[in-house]
Amino acid sequence: MAVLTEEQSMLRDSARTWTQEKSPVSAFRKMRDAGLPLGYDPAAFAEMAEMGWTGVIIPEQYGGSDFGYLSLGLILEETGRTLTASPLLSSALAAASAIILGGTDAQKSAYLPKIASGELVATLAIDEGAHHAPEKVALAAKKSGAGYTLSGAKTFVLEGMAAGLYVVSARTSGKPGDKEGITLFLVPTDAKGLTRKALKLADSRGAANASFENVEVGADAVLGEANKGWDLLEKVLDRARAGLAAEMLGAAAQAFDVTLDYLKTRVQFGQVIGAFQALQHRAAKMFTDLELARSCVEAALTAIDNNAPDTPELVSLAKAKMGDTLHLVSNEMVQMHGGIGMTDAHDAGLYLKRARAAEASYGGQSYHRDRYARLNGY
Amino acid sequence: MADFGGADLDAFRTEAREWLEANFPPSLKGRGGMMFLEGRGETGGDVGLWKKRIGEKGWGVPTWPKAYGGGGLEPAQARVLQQEMNRVGAWNPIGGMGVMMFGPTLLEYGNEAQKKAHIPPIVHGEINWCQGFSEPGAGSDLASLQTRCEDKGDHWLVNGSKIWTSGAQWADMCFCLVRTDTSKKHEGISFLLIDMKTPGVEVRPIKLIAGASPFCETFFTDVKVPKENLVGPLNGGWTIAKRLLQHERSGLSGGGGGGGGGGMFGVGGSVPDLAKTYVGVDDNGRIADSDLRTRISAHDMERRAFQLTAIRMMTEARSNQGPSTATSIMKNAGTKVGQDQAELTLEIMGAKGLGWEGEGFTSDELAAVRGWLGGKATTIFGGSYEIQNNIISKRILGLPDPINSTSN
Repeated sequence: MAVLTEEQSMLRDSARTWTQEKSPVSAFRKMRDAGLPLGYDPAAFAEMAEMGWTGVIIPEQYGGSDFGYLSLGLILEETGRTLTASPLLSSALAAASAIILGGTDAQKSAYLPKIASGELVATLAIDEGAHHAPEKVALAAKKSGAGYTLSGAKTFVLEGMAAGLYVVSARTSGKPGDKEGITLFLVPTDAKGLTRKALKLADSRGAANASFENVEVGADAVLGEANKGWDLLEKVLDRARAGLAAEMLGAAAQAFDVTLDYLKTRVQFGQVIGAFQALQHRAAKMFTDLELARSCVEAALTAIDNNAPDTPELVSLAKAKMGDTLHLVSNEMVQMHGGIGMTDAHDAGLYLKRARAAEASYGGQSYHRDRYARLNGY
Repeated sequence: MADFGGADLDAFRTEAREWLEANFPPSLKGRGGMMFLEGRGETGGDVGLWKKRIGEKGWGVPTWPKAYGGGGLEPAQARVLQQEMNRVGAWNPIGGMGVMMFGPTLLEYGNEAQKKAHIPPIVHGEINWCQGFSEPGAGSDLASLQTRCEDKGDHWLVNGSKIWTSGAQWADMCFCLVRTDTSKKHEGISFLLIDMKTPGVEVRPIKLIAGASPFCETFFTDVKVPKENLVGPLNGGWTIAKRLLQHERSGLSGGGGGGGGGGMFGVGGSVPDLAKTYVGVDDNGRIADSDLRTRISAHDMERRAFQLTAIRMMTEARSNQGPSTATSIMKNAGTKVGQDQAELTLEIMGAKGLGWEGEGFTSDELAAVRGWLGGKATTIFGGSYEIQNNIISKRILGLPDPINSTSN
């Protein structure tokens, strides 16, 4: 656990209390069983906003508290523990980062206060294929009059149905795969020509496919500089990745704790199964990986707060190491629980499903191992 | 990492810088010290001079108390000293088991006379200590040790044998676990200091797979030991031994530790750079063998994760959050990183990484082979990989003792 300020400790403690009391795993299960179309409970999200969680990284002048990414990471870790579904990551972290880092005063004034209050859900619409590949942008933005016309499609848009605003990566020049020629746009989801289809994912979270048919936006929809969106996009994605890694840390820690409890209570052959060395050493391995992963996640969030030059590699490290760890722990959770872990009534399956979706989002382990090597010049 | 202490620390930095300028022989710059020296180590020339100077200053063990010759520095000052030493390529010639394990343990458990007698020679690098713990029948199950120690009124009489006594052939003294009560297991063990020159002590070096003989068998036949050489209470040695092993393990986490060098086994330098040289790169500057590249990247990341955890541990220890639970994982995590590095290095070198000695290989290539072999010991000694996992299971995770097994 990182060394926290008093404010951060209070924030974490209140997040822990709220998630345990108001948003336990049973609440997520209830939401899933009710088939809520958004993939989260809007009333719960409103409470989160009420507590100021949606404004943690937003500057005070735009209605936030400017507490930084490590602080928001602490909250996400707690929501990850109980599988709390909400647009906190997509909107209050990822999309908010895009506007904070790239927005004009007008754009910030128009959107950040609404994101901070929870009134507006925003999200990133980046990927177009089955794998995270932010430079492979085909969605075209053509100059038309004073603005642009967007045509193409996005997939796996997290909270894509709930969002009122998309941060869209589009190609204004070059070809898919080029880093040059990418431009980010702020597109309200009620724009003419934008249609969305809800995806039903294994983890029951909200996501959508979006198609853009001659969607017209003004020049003021451009976020940052035209054609030069890549660097901004990387910075935004790194923040989203680190935040997601924090959520994954919470999920993995909780999955491990639940499994450890089971090892201490399940009796077979006249003893608790936790007395078997074959299981003990696997538990020790998980604990070791969790400690290593925690160091990476906290280092990445801290690097973002400090604007450290090695932020990109620390973020890739955090996302990959956390991905590997959650992968392992979620599998072991099912295996060590045995038959009961296979039942829908048990929580193990919920953690397993969430694990794979989170691993894939914003780049999986192989993506980030490759990126880490590239960033280090090999 | 943040500095602490502000102006005072700046003043100390100046002091350290000036002292190093005046006292560190430039001829030794960047030569470094090796943890497991073969032989007693150099005593003459500039090395001897440097050892004498830093020994008198107490800065070889900067945080040990001044009363026994140590540097008496605060941890923050010690970090500054290390930074300044790194800056000028200076290295610490005061090391070995006395510094790493025995000294800290004696400072905690020894009586005043024992500390006065044994700590200053360690501070000055005058005395080599070896560790008499493992026995042929007591490896991972250390507490089953049999070396007998009997009370003969005016002295102790020791009979038995130890194995894997690192550097026993060059050691002056041995800190030893002996059995003083045969009716109990853990509670029948005492912690005894034995002069290696005592009649009845015999040492036989053991040749290992890497070709060297860093470890010995040590035999004790009717060895008389003064009564004052018992540390702590009679039959209270196990508690002291556990503490000492904690010091050993934190020093042995090896590979990825500290400054992120090559670790104590194997060659230094960056694995990716080595791969670029031996394997080549593609048009995009990537390591040409994509399977190898992926594994190198995974290793590189694991090493970084280990380093970040070491930093986190220190930061948490400095704050008042209490001991970090991360400590327990460090030996297994660190030695794994070190062994993986050695394996990758060998693989990267290909046929050049198979030399044993002689012409046709560079010294780095030969060192890689010996380091790879020698490094296999890191997951065996100081509590094996499996014993470390037992410790995590029991002490951290609270899992019960396995059936038919004893505690650690």
